[in-house]
Amino acid sequence: MELFQLLLSGLASGCVYGLIALGFVLIYKATEAINFAQGDMMMFGAFVTIWLTNSGYNNLPFFFSVPLMILIMGAFGFLIERIFLRQVIGQSQIAIAILTIALGFILRFLAGAIWGHEPHFLESPMVGKNIYLNGAVLGLAEIFVIFVTILLTCLLYFFFAKTKLGIAMVAASQNQLAAFYVGIPVKRVQSLTWVIAGILAGIAGMLFSAKGSVDPITGLLGIKAFAAAVIGGFGSLPGALIGGLIIGLIEPFSGRYLPSGFSHLVPYIVLVLVLILRPHGLFSQISHKKV
Amino acid sequence: MRVIFKTSYDNDINLFKDRIHFFQYVFLLGFALVLPFFVNDYYLGEVALVLIWAIAGMGLMLLVGHSGQVSLGHAAFMAIGAYSVVILQNRLGLPFIISLPLAGLFSSFLGILIAIPTAKLHGIYLAILTLAVSILVEDIIVLADPLTGGVNGIFAPDIEILSINFNRYGNIDGLYWLILFVTVVFIVGYKNILRSPLGRAFSAVRDSEVSALAMGINIARTRTLAFAISCFITGIAGALFGHFVTVFNYETFNVVLSINLLLMIVIGGLGSIHGAFFGAMVIGFLPIIISFFRDQFLNDIGINLMNFPGIETGIFSLILILFILFEPFGIYGRWLKIRTYFQLFPLYRKDMFKRQKSYLKTERVR
Repeated sequence: MELFQLLLSGLASGCVYGLIALGFVLIYKATEAINFAQGDMMMFGAFVTIWLTNSGYNNLPFFFSVPLMILIMGAFGFLIERIFLRQVIGQSQIAIAILTIALGFILRFLAGAIWGHEPHFLESPMVGKNIYLNGAVLGLAEIFVIFVTILLTCLLYFFFAKTKLGIAMVAASQNQLAAFYVGIPVKRVQSLTWVIAGILAGIAGMLFSAKGSVDPITGLLGIKAFAAAVIGGFGSLPGALIGGLIIGLIEPFSGRYLPSGFSHLVPYIVLVLVLILRPHGLFSQISHKKV
Repeated sequence: MRVIFKTSYDNDINLFKDRIHFFQYVFLLGFALVLPFFVNDYYLGEVALVLIWAIAGMGLMLLVGHSGQVSLGHAAFMAIGAYSVVILQNRLGLPFIISLPLAGLFSSFLGILIAIPTAKLHGIYLAILTLAVSILVEDIIVLADPLTGGVNGIFAPDIEILSINFNRYGNIDGLYWLILFVTVVFIVGYKNILRSPLGRAFSAVRDSEVSALAMGINIARTRTLAFAISCFITGIAGALFGHFVTVFNYETFNVVLSINLLLMIVIGGLGSIHGAFFGAMVIGFLPIIISFFRDQFLNDIGINLMNFPGIETGIFSLILILFILFEPFGIYGRWLKIRTYFQLFPLYRKDMFKRQKSYLKTERVR
């Protein structure tokens, strides 16, 4: 039964990594930039949820504060794109990466200045409720996390595969100029991408705070989510989720079976190995340029 | 306005364009040499620290600015340099003057180890890989407790060369001159690399891998060499940094430092040695300026900035964002524009440095 519990907690944290990785992949797919601030946006979303829900702050009912948080984070993503990313449209990936790294630092500073550096907990209806299944104790929060993540991934996958807007987003990322020529409003598409990424980050943050404590450094989790996105191949939405689950599962199991100190090295070792052995991930989309 | 009359092809790669250019730098060097006689020990220490940042920045600049490979993990190489210089002196009893280059070589060796298998990785993937390496090195330092002192950290012995002691508190002038000497050596070396075939191969690989390949450049070899040289310089900077702070542990060289190093050279201006120095000045003097304003704020407005930990990083990031939005070429780029304005005085046009519009094309699908 211990195995089953490790599996479930691994899946739950894997889902959060997967959601952050989905944010990376989404922005990468649609704008070919990597948003290093995605982890910090997740942390911000968690704090916004806590700020709305907790009795110490606004004390709104959970099922009212979540849609409100989604609105706030969507607007937040929109503003970030409008104020910062819009200016560097078409610039090199590196410039955009550095810009988002700096944004992440600022978000971390802001969260620390507004909500302080102590760990916060979300007072969600799931807190402390467990399901007992032949001897195993399953946290309701963890099951909720897994359920929401699967739902979101299916939605996003459907969006990119079937809807006109999703296909337009992919086109805009593959070649901005050509997409513009065929009448895709590239700038508006980019705005929309960031709105969705903000919402995703918000939901990931909400889920993360539902199952653990949050403080401003939580955003550094984003680095583990990188591992997830890289394993998944950085261009594939289901790949990102699977990568997240792999990383999430590796962690509790290596913590259980490896000597202490080594366990949190493992995700990064996996990341390095994947990058060396299969540079473009397990679900590769990249083809090499030939001379 | 100066006109340079070139009489041979060699003129293009001269270290100095003309005599005025040469004397400018001689003057600058002279100024740096006599600085200890004018400033007090505290500020001299800060200037020495800026020089160390500048050396580390040059190491990263060679990699990012000149060979086009982004590293988000250069603090790891600083850490290797710092730890190995101390361990070589403490455990093997080697003198500083031998262990310093050895420390650089160790760090360079690690760089090669990373560079060889990743020679095919592109921009952002390499950045993520080096980020992971930075975290791994941090954790490995903790795990290698018997050698590195683990969480408690490690004490650097005093630097001694020819029985002269360069303690930070006893002989800051000497330490400053020592660091200045290393800096100058690296500047000259860097300049010479840039004008050698290797340096031009770096730029070719950065600008277009396809055309570099067509010109007969071995891309994997060039990239690995860039990594090796860059890590050597950064390792030495780390070794000097370790001796400068005298006591350090794994947290001294964390991921944030890695990222800060990259942000530093971007603020300074990618692709120039000047950029490394400008960036180092920003990162070195910003805390002093902020602490000055902190007192002002507390006295005049009554806001205590001490209540906001991490404000330095926040302000630093804000400056960086402003630079990327409004001056992507960094401080050195702005300086070039101002200089050109005065050199061509009435003839300067507004669009002289205008960037060509570029559009993004994916690397994923052909």
